[in-house]
Amino acid sequence: MDTVINLFCAAVLAGTPLLFGTLGEILTEKSGNLNLGVEGMMFMGAIAGLAGAYFYEQIFTVPSGIVAAIIAVVFSFLCGVLGALIYSFLTVTLRSNQNVTGLALTIFGTGFGNFFGDVLAGRAPSGYAAVGAEIKSVFQGIKIPFLSDIPYIGKLFFSYNFLVYVGVIIAVLMHFFLNKTRAGLNLRAVGEDPAAADAAGINVTKYKYLATCIGGGICGIGGMYVSMVICSGVWVFNCVGGIGWIAVALVIFATWSPSRALLGSLIFGGLSIMRLYVPLGIPIQIYDIFPYLATVIVLIATGIRQSKEHSIPKSTGLNYFREDR
Amino acid sequence: MSEENNAIRLVNITKSFGSVLANDSISLDVRYGEILALLGENGSGKTTLMNILSGIYYPDSGTIYVKGQEVKIPSPKDAFNLGIGMIHQHFKLVDVLTAAENIILGLPGSVRLNRKAISAEIKKISSRYGFDIEPEKKIYNMSVSEKQTVEIVKLLYRGADILILDEPTAVLTPQESDKLFEVLKNMKNDGKAIVIITHKLNEVLAVSDRVSILRKGCSVGTVKTSETNRQELTELMVGHSVSLEIERPEINTKHGEYLKIVDLTCIDSDGHKVLDNINFSLNGGEILGIAGIAGSGQRELCEAIAGLYPVKGGAILCRSETPNGPVNENIVGKSPTEIIKKGVAMAFVPEDRLGMGLVASMDMVENMMLKSYKQGKGPFTERKKPRQMAERMIKELDIVTPGVSTPIRLLSGGNVQKVLLGREIASEPSVLLVAYPVRGLDINSSYTIYNLLNEQKKKGVAILFIGEDLDVLLELCDRIMVLCDGKVSGIVNAKETTKEELGLMMVHIGDEKGGETA
Repeated sequence: MDTVINLFCAAVLAGTPLLFGTLGEILTEKSGNLNLGVEGMMFMGAIAGLAGAYFYEQIFTVPSGIVAAIIAVVFSFLCGVLGALIYSFLTVTLRSNQNVTGLALTIFGTGFGNFFGDVLAGRAPSGYAAVGAEIKSVFQGIKIPFLSDIPYIGKLFFSYNFLVYVGVIIAVLMHFFLNKTRAGLNLRAVGEDPAAADAAGINVTKYKYLATCIGGGICGIGGMYVSMVICSGVWVFNCVGGIGWIAVALVIFATWSPSRALLGSLIFGGLSIMRLYVPLGIPIQIYDIFPYLATVIVLIATGIRQSKEHSIPKSTGLNYFREDR
Repeated sequence: MSEENNAIRLVNITKSFGSVLANDSISLDVRYGEILALLGENGSGKTTLMNILSGIYYPDSGTIYVKGQEVKIPSPKDAFNLGIGMIHQHFKLVDVLTAAENIILGLPGSVRLNRKAISAEIKKISSRYGFDIEPEKKIYNMSVSEKQTVEIVKLLYRGADILILDEPTAVLTPQESDKLFEVLKNMKNDGKAIVIITHKLNEVLAVSDRVSILRKGCSVGTVKTSETNRQELTELMVGHSVSLEIERPEINTKHGEYLKIVDLTCIDSDGHKVLDNINFSLNGGEILGIAGIAGSGQRELCEAIAGLYPVKGGAILCRSETPNGPVNENIVGKSPTEIIKKGVAMAFVPEDRLGMGLVASMDMVENMMLKSYKQGKGPFTERKKPRQMAERMIKELDIVTPGVSTPIRLLSGGNVQKVLLGREIASEPSVLLVAYPVRGLDINSSYTIYNLLNEQKKKGVAILFIGEDLDVLLELCDRIMVLCDGKVSGIVNAKETTKEELGLMMVHIGDEKGGETA
């Protein structure tokens, strides 16, 4: 029983950055933009969040953990937005190829994160950039009086860091937004058929920019989770290392639904930490294959099962130009 | 007519795409309480002009007056605000959304969607004009005519009083068209201004009050429908007098059965029967027309015969020449190459000319070689013969092109079709499959294609002609087979049937004549 609970908790923790990346990309693809730069935007968010908290700590000698957390969230979000803004400008305004632009963004963001991470580390007297214990503690599990003390339930649901809850709230809000609001309906129309949306009087460019940029910001928060929670506020070279790519695959697994993204990221989070909790007596390298293996299986399964309702927004990957003939 | 009655007045509208002048200084007015037909051949600039009105395109120069006021229409939203609504030829509906969702798309209102209230309002509008609409039905589950209804309701919901319909009957059966015209007349009597874009003369005469004719991007005049006739309109549209008769040469020699289809059944990837027990035969020296609502299995039938679509059951018997005389060969399950090797001479002119028929970015010679590249010896391609063939074709078929080395995509639709048909005919087939050969072609090119087909018919070729214009099918073909939802609903003699009968067969299965398989 304890093993199961521990596995579940660890899966949630490992799945949260995937959840952010997946949610960000779902929002982006709902507007018809296939942004393969998730990995890049996560790197950008990772360094921006860490650097924000780090400099805040350097400037104010008595840092407040809450303020540092807010700074990290805001900075990582904005830096993700910046990456997505570059992408939107290139694909929506200049109508360049979405795949190429996304890949370029990944390469750019990876370099951006590692470069500034090194700069940060180089300037630090200790040789590596790390935040202090005060800030570190806000990114650790919370303790809610009474609730966290309930046996099992407390550990299963009320023991995580605040970003886990932020991720779940974003997923719920996004589900509501896409299915129950006018703006959500308009966004879905833009992603399915921009020409129809345009003819209905929807500002396609505005929706594409907004959805892509907010999506990028959410990916950025996911990156910050990696640097602040998983790496405990220390810059680790190549820390995001493929999480963004799994998130792109998870979007397909979740069939573009934020609520299923919750389940998907939990499963994939579990697969990625399985070797610590489920001893199967196989080399650890084989454990490391699991998330990627699952991705391949998901891609095959979704390729076979074709459904109109649960498939990719139809115009994803295509740029829209009203006067196209 | 007083100025207030003018819904729209266009003055000297000009719009060009690159070096192509789509609209050249066009002036036009549309009045409330009338139906104006905008007549012109494909590429004459009708749709461009109306797209300018609905905010899709922005004119290079010229002035637009709506209700007497000079206006600019930079986006579709501005068009809505002026009460202008357009129904495009390709419906602008989002497939995965419901009718109601499509109707309220992009409209301001409460943040949360109140689906019940919206549905109720839609029902109210549709009952006023006599529409039949299910607000909660998804668009991809709808028939073409249902989708069109959604488009019209969408405009009315937005309070449009100037409605523009682009080729509204192109995809409807004759009965559905009549129903649409009734609705249009109701709306006209309600005081709305209606423009229909069309190139079908019968419709113009049946429904409109006035006709404006465009030719090659220029306005050539406006006439009252009551004071004109078919011949005059055609001459205005084409620019010179043309004979509207399509020839149907009588063939007296008996060529026998070239193609026999027995119980042909095909299933698509969703497990739906796209062809269900098709039986017919095709004789040499005849044109068999295939009629049916778009998507009734026409494409699958052609592709199955050409060896491009998997066949679930049944047989396709094709006459092939062997040293011991002709034999019937079952070609089911064989690839196109194997079919050719069997000595079956078959040519296929697919509907998707630049996708399946020709390679758009290659020139004429290379496109000729697509058929013959296997004949050369050694690793190098043989270009000389295809080049001669291409040059001969340009002369014989009057293909307008700068030369044999010009990429096909730079040619106009009519010339592309001539290249494709010319290449297929050059292989001297005994069976010729043509799908929508005159789609998007102007009148002159269409008649050239009809003549080419008739020439082949005289040579004894068996021709399967998939068409959409029932008038053309009735005049050109010897027999007409009607498909309905993948089944044969009947094969009739083209000389003895009527458009109405065909229309009924297009929507019903099991007509009395259904059993007749000649």
